[in-house]
Amino acid sequence: MFEDLELLRLQQYWWFIVSLLGGFFAFMMFIQGGQTLLGRLGKTEEEKNVIIASLGRKWELSFTSLVMFGGALFAAFPLFYAVSFGGAYYVWMAILFCFIIQAISYEYRKKPNNFLGQRTYEVFLYINGSLGIFLIGVALATLYTGGNFIKNEMNFSSWTTETYGLEALLNPFNLSFGLVVFFLARVGASLYFMNNLDHENILKRARVQLKTDALLFLAFFLLMLAMLFLMSGLAYNSEGFFMVEHKFFFNLIETPLLLISFIMGVGLVLYGIYTALFKASTNAVWFNGIGTIITVTTLLSLIGFNQTSIYPSLSDIDSSLTIVNSSGSHYTLVAMSYVSLMVPFILGYIFVVWKSMDQTKITSQEIEADAHHY
Amino acid sequence: MEDALLIDWSRAQFALTALYHWLFVPLTLGLAFIIAIMETIYVKTGNVVWKEITKFWMTLFAINFAIGLATGIIMEFEFGTNWSNYSWIVGDIFGAPLAIEGLMAFFMESTFFAVMFFGWEKVSKKMHLLSTWLVAIGSNLSALWILVANGWMQHPVGMEFNVDTARFEMANFWDVLFNPNAYSKFLHTIGSGYVMGSLFVVGISAWYLLKGRDVVKAKKSIVVGATFGLITSVFLIVSGDESAHEVALNQPTKLAAMEGLYDGHGRVGIVAVGQLNSDKEIGDKSEEFAWSLEVPYALSFLGFHDMNAFVPGINDLVYGNEAESIESAKSKIEKGKVAIEALKTYKEAKKSGDEAKAQTALETFRTHENYFGYGYLKDEKEIIPPVALTFYSFHIMVGLGSWFFLLFFVILYLSMVNKLDGKKMLLRLAVFSIPLGYIAGETGWIVAEVGRQPWVIQDMLPVGMATSNVSVTAVQTTFWLFAIIFTVLMIAEIKIMLTQIKNGMEAH
Repeated sequence: MFEDLELLRLQQYWWFIVSLLGGFFAFMMFIQGGQTLLGRLGKTEEEKNVIIASLGRKWELSFTSLVMFGGALFAAFPLFYAVSFGGAYYVWMAILFCFIIQAISYEYRKKPNNFLGQRTYEVFLYINGSLGIFLIGVALATLYTGGNFIKNEMNFSSWTTETYGLEALLNPFNLSFGLVVFFLARVGASLYFMNNLDHENILKRARVQLKTDALLFLAFFLLMLAMLFLMSGLAYNSEGFFMVEHKFFFNLIETPLLLISFIMGVGLVLYGIYTALFKASTNAVWFNGIGTIITVTTLLSLIGFNQTSIYPSLSDIDSSLTIVNSSGSHYTLVAMSYVSLMVPFILGYIFVVWKSMDQTKITSQEIEADAHHY
Repeated sequence: MEDALLIDWSRAQFALTALYHWLFVPLTLGLAFIIAIMETIYVKTGNVVWKEITKFWMTLFAINFAIGLATGIIMEFEFGTNWSNYSWIVGDIFGAPLAIEGLMAFFMESTFFAVMFFGWEKVSKKMHLLSTWLVAIGSNLSALWILVANGWMQHPVGMEFNVDTARFEMANFWDVLFNPNAYSKFLHTIGSGYVMGSLFVVGISAWYLLKGRDVVKAKKSIVVGATFGLITSVFLIVSGDESAHEVALNQPTKLAAMEGLYDGHGRVGIVAVGQLNSDKEIGDKSEEFAWSLEVPYALSFLGFHDMNAFVPGINDLVYGNEAESIESAKSKIEKGKVAIEALKTYKEAKKSGDEAKAQTALETFRTHENYFGYGYLKDEKEIIPPVALTFYSFHIMVGLGSWFFLLFFVILYLSMVNKLDGKKMLLRLAVFSIPLGYIAGETGWIVAEVGRQPWVIQDMLPVGMATSNVSVTAVQTTFWLFAIIFTVLMIAEIKIMLTQIKNGMEAH
């Protein structure tokens, strides 16, 4: 089946898969958003325990999504993986550090004799939910704005600044992208709590918090979108690389499928927020979540199609990366494409388990009765 | 100098993260199955004592599992951050098992982990049991794919070098998946995890017996732990033998270092215990050992399944041995340099459109491509890994592995005839064997990874070619950052674990 596809088709298929994984990860970031709201929505110890228990049953899925996103990039676009991770060293290491401290925090936070104290683990969760997520946004934004790298004829790359990726923090688009992701995660968290918890005080505060976060999300989203559509992007043809004005805007309108999915995705995100705020819907997280997946998948797909560079080099335009010059071989992409057929099966069992675990909403009583609550 | 420092710090950082990660993974691999067995007994018998036992070990499992995840996430991304040249040169082959691991194993583990811990009252007994088994299977599937990747680094198969992209590309997925080296390593590695899990259960239960606490639950745990441990320690020994056989066939320098063998010959014995001559240099005529006790013929037999087999020593591999058709490292390095030069010529000719020159260069490259990696070595002695570290690590691992088998055998026997009470010395030995399990696991990985130096891909790619082009300061910064955070988290983990154990099984 996949063997008959041309290499370019396989590269496009895999960029779509990577984008989809990015979208799924963006949806799961409500975990991180929730971590930053722990102190705002949970005013008592009992309330904090309920919030942590609610997030704690899902946090590993967001962690796994990040690992999977990295793994898919490595397998399908090894040159991108090598250039970005090996070059924007400090940014990726800071992100990883934020996820290391998340991994133990749920389990160790309330355990007796936990060495660092409960408060430290809560700070760890906050750092993961804020700095970690913001930096992921910044790192993803560099796919549009580029990085300071060069590569030689053997495709060995090196970074041209001593700040190894931290200079991306000086770019306004990158910053606004990071803030969009941060506030989207917090919006997702409030919607998730409305769906998952049966706790009046927390939900009351979540509705108030949602208004603030939704406003900030919208403001930064519009700012980011304006910058995205106004900025020039790097395109390529058989002659080489060249800049095109409003490249990403044209990518969107020249690819009707992406335009439709973008409108649909943004519409669902906004509809989710609207129903939660004005209709008191408890299922808004699903509209918002599916909308997030579609929107992020579309935004990442914008870079991989229509002969666009997926990682422009700011130091040497000819070193820039595309899905064509950074991908795995035809054989490997075919083999991995067969593996990708497992994705619906995996999503299926995640759905079944999620449904069976969330049949009833989490209450304080349930947490108190559970000896192994976080 | 700068390059050498960068290589050393990159090595040190990877070694640090791998050694920390391996402190926690074996227990996850083994304890997951032991818990699944205990829960199966509960579901079959309906005896709630088994449910309480299961929940107790599950609590300890979760504490360990969390820090295993924390130390594990860095491993995958470090291939990109610190070994970016490697990621490009072999990413076409190496990336696939890592991605499949995420898809097949991580999602399974993380999804069913939630049911295993929070689903007791939310799903049926059978669904819960299935979830526990799926967590165990998921963690072992994860090990499978990681060891497929690692096995390929030890014995690269199923690939070809593409001169146009200047990288190794996958040519046969099934060869990579069914690489004999990967399977012997996988079986031996999970075997060590099972033994570690058993040592943990038996050792902690022995502590309860010594303290006279939770006696019934401790005894039941010991029966499960020692039975699992005895079976899997036999499995560990058998898979270890197969793993060593693979080393003998594919990594002769590693085998020579493991045994401190400098001058090869037939009918070689295995050094059971011994002290290396620390003044010994490659090529000199001094004695290999200050003292040693040897099992005659054993290395020839175990390595090549032939008592008379010739086993090459370090000197044979460095300087060559015509009688045994072993090529010298110097000759390989020269051929490697020819391959590198031919590749360079090929690329220049292609760029300038000189097809005839490109074709000639390509033919030269293909003739010498198997030596390509050797061309990056500067000195013939570089092909030999650190002998003392490899030798002692190997012998510590083997000695401890034998001890674990004996321990499980005696404890299981005494448990079955109900004579374990009062055997204080044995119970203390069981407790002290827990850290020995960790030492055995770590030394095993030291043999595997230090023993294959200087190669990151055996005979194909030296470590020096594989690093990222980042500054030494950047790697030093992250090295100390990870050293501090992992140490702090490990202290937290140990304190939490000990407190949970001291609280007793009744608390669960």
